[in-house]
Parts: sequence; structure tokens; C-alpha cells
Amino acid sequence: MNFEVIVANLPKLLEGAGLTLELVAFGLVGGAALALPAALMRVSPRWWLWAPAFAYIFFFRGTPLLVQIFLVYYGLGQFEAVRDSVLWPILREPFWCAIIAFALNTGAYTAEILRGAIQAVPVGEVEAATAFGMSRTLSLRRIILPRAFRIALPAYGNEVILMLKGSALASTITLLDLTGMARTIIARTYMPVEIFLAAALIYLGMTFVFVQLYRLLERRLSRHVVGAR
Amino acid sequence: MIDLAGFGDQLLLGAAMTVQLAVAALIVGLVLGLLGATARLSGFAPARALAGAYTTVVRGLPELIVVLIIYFGASRLLTTAAAALGYDGFVELSPFAAGVIALGLTFGAYATEVFRGAILAIPKGQVEAAHAFGMGRWLTFRRIVLPQVWRIALPGLGNLFLVLLKDTSLVSVIGLEELMRKTQIAVGFTRAPFTFYLTAAVLYLLMTMIAMAALHRGERAAARGMPRLRG
Amino acid sequence: MSLKTAALAAVAAIVLLTASGPTRAETLRIGTEGAYPPFNQIDPSGELIGFDIDIAQALCDKMNVECVFVRQDWDGIIPGLLARKYDAIVASMSITEDRQQAVDFTDPYYSNKLRFVAAKNAKVDPDNLKGKVIGAQRATISASYLEDHPFKGAKVKLYDTQENAYLDLASGRVDAILADRLVSYDWLESDAGKNFAFVGEPIDIGDKIGIAVRKGDTKLLARLNAALAEIIADGTYEELNAKYFPFPIY
Repeated sequence: MNFEVIVANLPKLLEGAGLTLELVAFGLVGGAALALPAALMRVSPRWWLWAPAFAYIFFFRGTPLLVQIFLVYYGLGQFEAVRDSVLWPILREPFWCAIIAFALNTGAYTAEILRGAIQAVPVGEVEAATAFGMSRTLSLRRIILPRAFRIALPAYGNEVILMLKGSALASTITLLDLTGMARTIIARTYMPVEIFLAAALIYLGMTFVFVQLYRLLERRLSRHVVGAR
Repeated sequence: MIDLAGFGDQLLLGAAMTVQLAVAALIVGLVLGLLGATARLSGFAPARALAGAYTTVVRGLPELIVVLIIYFGASRLLTTAAAALGYDGFVELSPFAAGVIALGLTFGAYATEVFRGAILAIPKGQVEAAHAFGMGRWLTFRRIVLPQVWRIALPGLGNLFLVLLKDTSLVSVIGLEELMRKTQIAVGFTRAPFTFYLTAAVLYLLMTMIAMAALHRGERAAARGMPRLRG
Repeated sequence: MSLKTAALAAVAAIVLLTASGPTRAETLRIGTEGAYPPFNQIDPSGELIGFDIDIAQALCDKMNVECVFVRQDWDGIIPGLLARKYDAIVASMSITEDRQQAVDFTDPYYSNKLRFVAAKNAKVDPDNLKGKVIGAQRATISASYLEDHPFKGAKVKLYDTQENAYLDLASGRVDAILADRLVSYDWLESDAGKNFAFVGEPIDIGDKIGIAVRKGDTKLLARLNAALAEIIADGTYEELNAKYFPFPIY
């Protein structure tokens, strides 16, 4: 084991980790923005609302993230219409392509988590809200969604970790995230074991810190619940 | 509309390789998962710690990193290990073997938790009853615990298999010619990335749907003999 | 990598000690990869074709032996030689110091140079790449060359496969690509490359391609070198060269 190589390349790896965090943060924000409308559409009784949401969720949960990234990055570049469009300055950047793919992917999973949570809100609470004279929108805003968010919290924490791990695929479209940086260093140093282990430790560190912070957050958000630890 | 430019057969061959890889990794992962769960529930503290470390570490790592570490790192480890055993050769790992090990390790880490939950969900009274009947520990495990573990764990394992099926695409990065790699070759040849990646996506969706249908049947079969709730 | 090389050297040493065999006169087993167009690849009927294959065939003819080709993945191609799966590697293998610790090489049978490729109308000047984005395949000599010679202000993007780099050149995400000129030549000849061209002069990084044999297999090495000199002298080489490239690659 050659520790010198690890130490010498640590600044580069940490720089990569910075890009990883950036990609994950943008991806999560985009995913959340997609997930809420998708989940609400998915629980609608009207078919023209739930069918598109169903198709979106089904496609992005049923195909590998790697395929999705390549579709966005290399796939869209195939069309001259896309290359000539106003969107090209964004789509030509691997950074934004990765974020678009990540947001679409995590958005689909998060929508499914939210859908489950909305359906898990006790019927009695919804009925009580209606009995109080609340409209459907009002009870959705005041009763159902706040309740659903709390139910969804643990599952969403897992989804964030999955997103963090999935972000390693950004390295396949030339981005120098933690994995991309590691692979580039290895191509020069021929020290795969050392560099990958260092990268793995940084990933584990990021997961660990996130899990601790999230646990704090969960506790805070559940402190009014009787019996919650 | 979709012109596969003669690459249809190649993609199907790739899909077949994807299925082989997924099934092989599933078998490795199930074995690891059962071992892991047994270790986590054992009275032997080092075994518990080892299994705990295994699931924490592997579940905290990107699957791509696991694949790359196994592929690039394992041949060095194997060569060193072989040298320690007196074999002076160079041991290498094929992309398929590396993929099976990496995906099997990942599946096993998550399956450990699923199996552990399932074993804990079996009422203690049943095990005690079996002991009262004079069954030994192994017999109790085989006759009473294991059949029920399958039933309880199947939905969780099913979800893990769907994840595994999609993770097989990562092995393309180390050159195994499964569906994703074949697609990339076709893209290189035809320069039509959208067409081919979309085709690959549809093939993955089909495989997912077939797996889901099979799981559904499996769950029904595992639950036969259970009182069914009717609404 | 050094450990790997050491392991290879150890294997080579054992091979040396246990057996020193002249190859059988009637057949010569040749290892190749079959995934490196236009040098060695598989045609739709499953046959090996390419420049390497033609060269090997010509050498066998001169040596009056029968060529038997064995396909082997790139990563295992030297271990396969050492394990006597075949007796020589004709697979566009660069002669490097690392490899010379494990195997012996014949005289080079072609040389590789790097060259920039860019859009015909883009006016990319290799001497002034400020603000340009240049692509290359990760873990290749082109990538190391770009890193060792930071072109003032140019941004480097590294790809997993050569094909993906070409895709991004075609879509305009990179301004130019640095790659083996012979591989790029093949792409430029294809439909996708019709709006692109070589720019600047070929960069000679001293990369020579040779045939690898087991260390100590001096008899075979001498015979291959003699045959190589012969096909170069009698014009066979030139003929094969012209079949693939309109310029000399020796």
C-alpha cells in the first residue's frame, strides 16, 4: 500500500468531492421540484393526470441511471434541432446534463415515496378536515401534505444516499467528480487500489455525515409526536 | 421507425449477458445475505461486528466504485494471496467475474438487512415450539424458520433484484459486453446515440417488467397456505 | 502497475527456467485482440481482419509456417503469451519499458503518431489553443500528452472510449480531439467524419509498435525480424500499408 500517492492526490480528490456535492445538491433540488407535482398527479383520480405521472415514474425507475445520463448527454446531441436550439448552451455542458438526468431520476423515486406517504395519511384525518369545512386544496395544504412529508422522511433520507452514490456516474460524461477524479489520477499513477480506497473512504465519510445530520433533522421534525424517540 | 442497423441481434445477445450477470450476482448475493443475517443475529460478537461493518461499508459506497475496486484491485489482491499460498503466477479476474462479485457484494449487503428483518419477524413461540418437539437448532432453522423467511423476505428481495438488474449496466464500464456495452458499440458504429440508448432503455424496461411479473407469481406461491385477507 | 509487472516478470522467469522451446515449425500461434479497427477486428462472419492480421499472415508466408490466430482480451494478452496459449502477439502493441520487463519485442512494424482532429471550418490552430476544449480518451498516450504539455489555456476533457470523444466532437462540445492518427484516419473516412479534418503536424511521441514474444525465445524473435525485413524489402509491406492508409506508417 502506497500512502504517499494518496496524500499527494488528496487535494485533487477533495476537489472532486466538492463537485460531487454540488451535483447532488442541484439534482436533489430539481428532483424535489419534479416530485411534488408528479406525486399529486399520480394520486389524482383523473386518468389524464395520473397516466403521464405514472409513465414518467415507471420509465425513470425501470431503467438504469447510466442509460438516462447517456440519453441526455449523447442522445440529445444527436439532433441538429437540439444543437441549434436556445437550450444548447445548457445542454452542451456535461454539468447541466448530469443534473438534468439526476433530477429526473431522483424525482421519479421521490414522487413514488411521496405517493405512498400521501396514501398512508389516515383517512380519518382527511375526513375530519372535510368535516371542518376545509376545501380539498386547503386540507391538502394544511393536513395531508405536512403529514405526508413526515411519513416520507425516513424513505427520503435513503433516497438522498442513493443519489449521492448514483452521482458517481457523472464520471462517465467527462465530469471530474470524486469518481472521475479518481479514475483520471489512476490513469497516470497506475495505483488503482490506493486511489479507489481513498475515494471510497471519502464517500463513506460523506454518507456518514449526512446520516448523522439527517437523524438530527428527523428528531427535530418529530419532536411533537408522542412516543417519538 | 427505429432502424437498428443490423444491431438487433447484438443487443439481444447483450441483454442475455445482462440476465446471466444478474442471476449469477443474485445467487452470490443471496448466499452472502443469508450468511450476513446469520452473523448479525449470532451470539458471537466478532461475527456480528464483521457483518455490521460489511453492510455499513458496502451500502455507503457507490456501486460504480465497488465495481471498479473489485476489477482493478482484486487481481492484485488475488496475486498476492496466491503468492502467499505458494503459487507464483499472475491471477486475473475477468470482467464477468468482477461484475458478479461486485454486484453480489452489494446485493448481499442489502439482503443481509432484509433477511435479518424477516428472521426477527418470525414469532419466537414457533421456534420454542419446535425445540419442545425435540428439533435441533439446524432442523428448526431449515424446517420452521427458513420457509417463512422466504415468504417474508421475498418482496424486499424482489426490490433488490430490480435494483441489481439496473446496476448490471455499470459493469459495461469495465468492458463486459452486456446490454449497455453492446449499445455503446452500436452507437459508435452508427452515430445514433438517442436511438440506441432509447432502445436499451426499452429493453431494460421489458426485463424489469418480466422480473416484476415473475416476482408477483413467486410471492403468491410463497404465500400459499397462508390465510388470505379478503376485502 | 509495478507489482503487476513484477508478477509478469516472475512468471516469465519461471517459463525461462522450466522450458525453453523452439516453436514447432509447421504452425505459429498468434495472439490478437480483435477489437481495434482498422488493425484487428472481427468481421460480421466472425473472421479476424485488419492490418495486424495481414502483416502476421505475410510474415508466416515468408517463414513458411501456418498462422493460427488466437483471440484474447487486451488485459490478458501478455499473461496468455507467458502461459503459452500462443507464441507471439501481433496486436498493435506499443513497445514500452514496462512491457519489455515481461516480454521481448521484434523490430517495430509501424509507428504511431498523435494528431489533432477538428471541424474543417473551425480554424483550430494547434499552436494557439487558448480557450479551446480538447478531448482525448482516458488512460491513453494522447491523454498523458495533453497533461504533460499544458496547451496554454486549453481545457482537456477525458472520455471512457474513443467513440464517445468522436461523438462529442461531432456534436460540437469539444473543439478538437487528440488521438492516434491512424485510428482517427479511419473515423475521418467514415460518414460521421466528413466535416472534420486533421489539423497541425503529426506529433511524434516515439511510439513504436512491435510483435511480442516470450523472453528468451530468441530463435522465433530472429526469424520474425528476418521475415519482417524481407516483406519490407520486397514491397509486400508497402502494398499492405496502401490497402489501409494512403500514407506510409512504418
